[in-house]
Formats: sequence, C-alpha cells, structure tokens
Amino acid sequence: MNFLKRTWLWFDDRTGLSGAIGPIARHAVPPNTATWFYVFGSATLFTFMLQVATGVTLAFIYVPSSGEAYQSLQYITTQTTFGRIVRGMHNWGASAMILLVGIHMIQVYLTAAYKFPREMNWISGVVLLALTIVMGFTGQVVRWDQTAVWSTIVAAEQAGRVPLLGEWLADFILGGDTVGGTTLSRMFAYHVFLIPALLFVFIGFHLYLVIKNGISEFPRAGDPVDPASYREKYEAMVKQKGIPFWPDAAWKDMVFGFIVICTILAIAIIIGPPELGPPPNPSDIHALPVPDWYFVFYFAFLALMPPEIETYLMVFGPLLVGLLLFCLPFISNRGERSPLRRPWAVAIVALTIATISGLWAIGITSPWSPHFDAKPLTAEIIGADSGPLWRGGMNFNDKGCLYCHTISGHGGLRGPDLTYIGDRLSANELTWRIMNGGLNMPGFGGTLNNQELSDLVEFLSSRKKK
Amino acid sequence: MSEKTGTGDCTRRQFFMHVSIALGSIAAVLVGIPIVGSILAPIIKKPKPEWRVVGTVDGFKVGGDYVKVDYVNTSPLPWAGVTAQSAAWLRRESEDKFIAFSVNCAHLGCPVRWIEGAKLFMCPCHGGVYYEDGSVAAGPPPRGLYQYPVRVNNGQVEILASPIPITTV
Repeated sequence: MNFLKRTWLWFDDRTGLSGAIGPIARHAVPPNTATWFYVFGSATLFTFMLQVATGVTLAFIYVPSSGEAYQSLQYITTQTTFGRIVRGMHNWGASAMILLVGIHMIQVYLTAAYKFPREMNWISGVVLLALTIVMGFTGQVVRWDQTAVWSTIVAAEQAGRVPLLGEWLADFILGGDTVGGTTLSRMFAYHVFLIPALLFVFIGFHLYLVIKNGISEFPRAGDPVDPASYREKYEAMVKQKGIPFWPDAAWKDMVFGFIVICTILAIAIIIGPPELGPPPNPSDIHALPVPDWYFVFYFAFLALMPPEIETYLMVFGPLLVGLLLFCLPFISNRGERSPLRRPWAVAIVALTIATISGLWAIGITSPWSPHFDAKPLTAEIIGADSGPLWRGGMNFNDKGCLYCHTISGHGGLRGPDLTYIGDRLSANELTWRIMNGGLNMPGFGGTLNNQELSDLVEFLSSRKKK
Repeated sequence: MSEKTGTGDCTRRQFFMHVSIALGSIAAVLVGIPIVGSILAPIIKKPKPEWRVVGTVDGFKVGGDYVKVDYVNTSPLPWAGVTAQSAAWLRRESEDKFIAFSVNCAHLGCPVRWIEGAKLFMCPCHGGVYYEDGSVAAGPPPRGLYQYPVRVNNGQVEILASPIPITTV
C-alpha cells in the first residue's frame, strides 16, 4: 500500500467521509433521468461555482468605493495578469447562469416536476431565481460606470412608486437621498455578502430536497401523480430499476458542465468583459442607461406600458408574477405530468417566451427613444441647397423633428415615418399638427416663427412618392 | 433518559428548552437593533439641503437658453469622488429671476437633455418630453420636471442642492 492510499484510509477512518457521502452520491435514480434532458440544473450549479471563484478573484483587486471603483475596474481590465479574462468570465458566467436558470425552470414546469412531493423543491427554486435576478442587477451596478449610476437611479424611481413605502425604498436603494459615497458600498455588500450567503443557504436546501424527494422520473402520459400512492410507487420503481446517480447519470452532467464552463472561458478570452462606459458622474447627462441583455425585455416593458396604469404594472406586475410562481405547486400538485396532456402549460411557456423575445427585440431598437445621434438630412435628400425647401429641411434637422421622425432613412423611430408625408397630409393639416402637436407629439407653436413654420410645411409637403 | 419521566422532570426539560430559545431570541434582538438600525439609517437620517454656488449672475444671459450647471450634492463624502457631482438645468428668465429644473426625468429618473432648437427637454430612456416651462409635452412622465429653488446672493447664483426627486404615488 503506498503512502497516499494509507493516508486516505487513515483520514477516512477518522472522518467517515466516504461513508457519509458515498451512499448519497450513489443513490439510485430512475433510469430515464440519466439523459441529456436532466443536465441544466447541475450546469446552473457549475456556473454558480464559477461566479464564486471569479467573484472572489475580482474582490482581490476591486475597490468598493464610489470614487475609486471605476479606476480599479480599469486597472483590473487593462493592467493585471488575466484580469480581463476573469472579469470576462464573471460577466459571461452571469449571462450563462440566468440563461440556464431559465431553461431549468421551463423544463421543470413543462414536465410538472413541481408536483407532489416536490412542492418545496419548486418554491426553493423560485427563491433562487429571485436571488439570481438580484445578483444580476447588483452585479451591473458594481460595474460602477455611468450606466451603473443611472440604473441605480432608475431602480430607485421604480421602488418609489410603491404606495406608502416608496420614498423609503428609493432611499434604501440609493443609500441616502442621492447617489454618492454610500451607494456603491451598500450595493457591494448586497452583491458580495448578503445575497451570496442566501444563495448558499437556498442552494443547499434545494439540493437536499433533490436527494430527499428523489429526482423526478421523466413523465409518461397517462401516469398521473396521486399523492396517496406516489412515494411508494417511486421507491418501488427506483429499487427495482434504479441506477446509481454517480457515475451512471452524473457523467452527462459533468460533460455538459464542462462544455458550458469551457464556452464561458472561450467567450471571455475572445470577446472579453463588457466595455466600461464613461465614469460614474451623475452630472454627466449624456447617458442612455440600457441594462445588460437579460434585462432588456424589462426595459422595453417599462417603456411600453400605458402611462395611466404604469404604477400598478411596475409595482404589482413583478409581485404578481412572483406570487404566481410561488403558489404554482399549490394550484396543482397532482394529476398528469406529461406536457402532452398539459396543453395549457405548453401554451403558457410558448406565450412567455414569445412575449419576452418580442419585448427583447423591440428593446434593442428602442423606437420610443429620441435618437440624438440620428444623421441629419442632406441636401440630396432635401432636394435643394438653398431657398425655402432647403431652409425647411434644415429646420427639420435643427428643431428636433429628426430625433423622432425618419425621412429617407435618416432620423428616429418614435413618431411616424415622414418620407411620404406630403401624400397624406395637406399643408393646412401639417401646419395644424406642428403647431398643436397631439398623439404624443409636442406642439411647436411656441418654438417656430412664421417663416420657419412655412418653410418646414413647404419642405414636408414636398415629401411625396414621385 | 428513562421512559418514566415524572411531571417534574418533564417541566424541567421544557424549562431548559424555553430558556434556551428565549436566550437565543433575546441575544438576536439585542444584536439586531444596532445592525438593522445601522443598515436602515440612510432612509431615516436626512441631510440638510444646502445652497451651492453655480456661477455669477453676469455669467448667464437674460432670456438665454438653459445651461447645465454642476454642483456638489447634499451629502458629499470624502470617498465619493465624481459621484458627489449633481446637475441642474438653469435659465436666467429676467434680470434677477432664475429658474432651475432637475436633470432627472419625472418618469424614471433618466437624465433629460435640453434640445436648443426644439426648445424641449427630451429623455433618452423611455421618450419623455417636456416644454421649456417644465410641463409634460409627450411620453410617459406622470408630471412635469421638478423645479429646484434658485436664489441670487451677492452677485452669485445659488441652487439649493436637493435630493434626487422621487416620483411617488
């Protein structure tokens, strides 16, 4: 017996570790769970471990001070050995974790694995989802650049809409009544201590429940869950046909996890971490705070909700979604599990994915925002380089029309495309609309003098399909 | 322990249990008061608004455009760096009358820009638009831009550095 083996045997004799962990690792699982369909939960766990490792590494250098964090991030990215890759992995690891949590949840919902006796598996998962989302947000804030500062303000304003407690919640998020020295320290404490501690607790609980209740077997249509007999049936099936989790089922988790981690590493090396924006100066107003991709759908939702009911949607929308997810296993914890027999579940997933994708796509173009960087109309588009037509075109550029309206491909998307407006509205109608505004357009009656107005109307009237 | 625990014995056991739980709870509450109090302090303790000089009266043209003025916020901490900066849109309306608006959109707080040619404030986030008097011209904002107090003091224009305005219901 060589030395290493003797040491291990001594260690195991004194600690009893193999006796404690071995049976858990080798516990029998239903044979139809050892498939590639069951790898997303473990992959989420692997990305979490990557986040812990890369996060701790970043904390070796990062300075959680409102005045200095930005410089320390620049230093991490450009000066330190491997700093760029570690920051990249932490960023793309967060993306991967959100994505995998989403897939894991959809899959659990579609196969109704939340039904008896796994209600608490689902509920602890919902808590983990919420914690992961908070990690995503606070993570974007501790990347302390201009977008981070304005995102914090936007978050505080949303919290401000909560009835009665609004102002307190807003001040709680800002760490005072304005952005400043206290803001980042607090965000750092949430992101690095508080939420990760809760994540450890709930991940432990979640995994304990997976062992306690057993991995749910892949559902078969016509084999409903009956709480009275389910446990007996499950245990008998596992006893008869079960295979050891380690390594018969777990090797697929390891293979998929390996691919996920290597992909994150590759993206971190090739693409690197996200570019830092301008410094976190709240007096620099040339900012357009757009969140990271996984929150862009919510950003679009905030822009598109009807203003009359937006306070309710903003405050009670997320609460309602959370409550529904939380209550799901109490709404139905028995009966069919197969998606083939649960068309509504499939429809809800399809609808949710379609809504989020739609919001996401529209969030990227942000047609509701004035486009401050729109290219001005050229003499070629205007069709003149002097005279009223030219002056009208220049007014279109200078008076703000361009930021919201497009002509011949130049301009914003907020208002209607005016490339052929001359075919739709008469000179009188144009004048009236410009003066008074309406339909979400400001009136320009107080801005334009008579000359400017008549030039602009002449220019717009000339926009016709030839 | 013997199966035949007398009533006295059982009471004794319950007594230990209750004492242990009570001691733990009391310790948690005692420690919790300063901890929770410290974490919640920023929402209870409000800094006093302070006047900040943003320029000389002569530096602003009568009836001119809105100018963005920067100043230090209400509670600058030594390590706040650039985050201690705050800004407002300021305009000299007449000889001795100034008007100042918050740069924060009343919708969700994004920074509004003054568009000189259009005489409008526009928000890049969700398309809020305001007229030059701060009233809503278009988009989702539920109210006009927040106004900040301005005063002229010894030839200096001063703005009352105030909290970020939070639109509540």
